[in-house]
Amino acid sequence: MKKNWLKNLAVLGTAVIISLTIASCGPKDADVQSAAATALAGDPTTSALQVSVKGGVATISGECKDDACKVSSENVVKGIKGVKQVVNNVTVAPPPPPLPPAAPVTISPDDNLSKMVTDAIKDNAGVMASVKDGVVTLTGEIKRADLPKLMQKVQSLKPKKVENKLTIK
Amino acid sequence: MALQDKYKELIDTANSSGVSNLQVREQDGVLYVDGDAPSGSAKDNLWNIYNKIDPDFRAGDLVLNVNVGGAVDGGKLKVVTESSNLNIRKGPGTDQPIVGKAGHNEIVTLVNKTSDQWYLIRTDGGAEGYAYAQYLQPA
Repeated sequence: MKKNWLKNLAVLGTAVIISLTIASCGPKDADVQSAAATALAGDPTTSALQVSVKGGVATISGECKDDACKVSSENVVKGIKGVKQVVNNVTVAPPPPPLPPAAPVTISPDDNLSKMVTDAIKDNAGVMASVKDGVVTLTGEIKRADLPKLMQKVQSLKPKKVENKLTIK
Repeated sequence: MALQDKYKELIDTANSSGVSNLQVREQDGVLYVDGDAPSGSAKDNLWNIYNKIDPDFRAGDLVLNVNVGGAVDGGKLKVVTESSNLNIRKGPGTDQPIVGKAGHNEIVTLVNKTSDQWYLIRTDGGAEGYAYAQYLQPA
């Protein structure tokens, strides 16, 4: 009986050694982790994520900008040899707040605009202006050199539009 | 968006030359560009680009309202007329009587900004009244 017991122990011991040997033949966690991290780093959308591997289970963490990135990070890690399971702890960043609406365009009312246009063209003899529905129409004559300054003055009055029908001398 | 493409060089330059409070909006076929230029030369540069893209400003599809910011009450302003004196008036309007003059390139003091068009100013000679803001820039 004692001999049999020893024999059994030997068989068990051999089995333990064999199973340990087989397990150690698979990729090491550190190598799998390194391969998974390299794969994630290869894609700019997932490069900021972290991955750790323990017992063949890969855990991905970090923040993605959208769901697509979260899903693709999982698929990438699943495809690494030695990964048995993936725990996806990636969080998705909240969408950026919408841009503040652009300030509405301010258009000066006609009566105010007319008065301001009169002041603006005062130094340009030969220039006439009319205002209707915010549109300033310039007529008459002007020297080309004087045109930019006149346009600067008129366009600063918050008109809807400036129609330049001036004849350039 | 078409107008933003047409005037892209202007908008890009406004951004790169430090125009603050820049607003670019397109509405009813007109592009409105507003902001505060850091200097008179930055403003002139934008107007040169405008004149290059739309020679003699004929298209009527842009309202460029970029003025030289930074003028504060009590600050110094320079008279930037072409060559002539700047009228100082009793009230804010060309219908108001002239109460004094400031010379071309003269430095005056801003008392306050009555409106975007008219500033209340004082000369070193003691004349005080309203002058047209487009002929004044921070010194």
